[in-house]
Amino acid sequence: MLKIKDINVYYGNIHALKGVSLDIQAGEIVTLIGANGAGKSTLLKTISGLLKPKSGEILFEGEHLAGKVPQTIVKRGISQVPEGRRVFANMSVEENLELGAYLRKDKSGIQEDFQKVYQLFPRLHERLKQQSGTLSGGEQQMLAMGRALMARPRLLLLDEPSMGLAPLLVKTIFRIIEEINQTGTTILLVEQNANMALSIADRAYVIETGKIVASGTAEELGESDQIRNAYLGGH
Amino acid sequence: MEQFIQQLVNGISLGSIYALIALGYTMVYGIVKLINFAHGDVFMVGAFIGFYSITILDLGFFPALLISMAACAIFGVLIERIAYKPLRNATRIAALITAIGVSLFIEYGTIYLRGAQPEAYPNDAVPLKSIELFGVKISGQSILILAVSIILMIVLQFIVHKTKIGKAMRAVSHDMDAARLMGINVNNTISATFAIGSALAGAAGVIFGMYYTKIDPLMGIIPGLKAFVAAVLGGIGMIPGAMVGGLLLGVIEALVSAVGGSLWRDAVAFVVLILILIFRPAGLFGKNVREKV
Repeated sequence: MLKIKDINVYYGNIHALKGVSLDIQAGEIVTLIGANGAGKSTLLKTISGLLKPKSGEILFEGEHLAGKVPQTIVKRGISQVPEGRRVFANMSVEENLELGAYLRKDKSGIQEDFQKVYQLFPRLHERLKQQSGTLSGGEQQMLAMGRALMARPRLLLLDEPSMGLAPLLVKTIFRIIEEINQTGTTILLVEQNANMALSIADRAYVIETGKIVASGTAEELGESDQIRNAYLGGH
Repeated sequence: MEQFIQQLVNGISLGSIYALIALGYTMVYGIVKLINFAHGDVFMVGAFIGFYSITILDLGFFPALLISMAACAIFGVLIERIAYKPLRNATRIAALITAIGVSLFIEYGTIYLRGAQPEAYPNDAVPLKSIELFGVKISGQSILILAVSIILMIVLQFIVHKTKIGKAMRAVSHDMDAARLMGINVNNTISATFAIGSALAGAAGVIFGMYYTKIDPLMGIIPGLKAFVAAVLGGIGMIPGAMVGGLLLGVIEALVSAVGGSLWRDAVAFVVLILILIFRPAGLFGKNVREKV
């Protein structure tokens, strides 16, 4: 579904992604794990078109997306839930969700998706008219996810959905990610919480200072000593 | 007492002109964090376009108002695309100095094209009678100014809160990258903001001309600065703040005149600016919005 071939991304002089390649099949949950500053968010920003790769290819269902504007990429079916949620705090929950469907014109489809989002996140339905800046962190995470789903993506990019949330809430969020996947949405999940990420993922990639250093099925990586020591607390 | 109310009415008329101009300042600041110092000159251009529409094209007040608004909208977008867009990622001071340059360019460009002489606005474009209310004579023009301003502000509120482009504008002003991730075209949204703000300045120019009858190429400087004060007074970036700030500033000025300090009118606006910057720099409507992370 998504094929990234040897992309290089720079922030000014800083070489942030060094020849990264990655493959996602339709229907999978793939996770990208790595430490702070390894280049996880940079990769997602590049897929979404916020950053332009200097070289390399991004193919989504056979179409070249590298260097395209975010608008085009959202239209093709890739949405992102950005790190730190980035909800529009000055707007209501409902307006945030509407903005998620900004590029769509199929009114009945949008209404359907509102209902689907309320089913996944009943909490949002209770707070439709509330300013989203006043939501709790967990609710904001739900809103950011609901907002991304309103674009009806086929590939959903999630950047650190567990960040700053209480463990119980993290479990809820991950259960919902699995639910979203089961309805047919392919998922690329970026996480520092490698244990949780590996527990729901089919396959995983490990990124270190801008390079993919390991990849395999979630079980393989979960059992590898090197990965356990570096990312899973060494148990 | 009568004179006091008379001055209050004058103040509200003047204030609604300030408010219309202040809206453009505050909307543009809200979205690109730029104080567009050329905004007062768009107001001036709007006054002249209205003037020529009435005198040369022989149009009435309302068609002239609409033509001026449309022309200023296009003018505003051109200014943004040519002068500000290339500096989108530059330092803020670079953009600010460019805005001052654009302002001077428009002022002296207008003088170059048509000369510096003032024009007298035809005050018979709208045949209006004044009315008496509780013994106070209120000129038809005051009522017209107030009515036009209120309608435009209602339309603006509708655009900003109910339409797709309005929601996009609010999203971009809050978080540009997150807005991009929604598929919002940020460049078009910024252009729309300049178009709407400039159209309001154009409308303000025409009604200013009707009310004060004299227009000239440098007429935008003082009202532009005062509208800037009004925007800061209300809390820059806040649309309701600009409306209230404008009206308040107009009324303050009129009351200062009423107590015999007409010569202090202009000074008072800047005293207000200094006081607000010392005691409430976020403005009357500005608050430190706490966001949970």
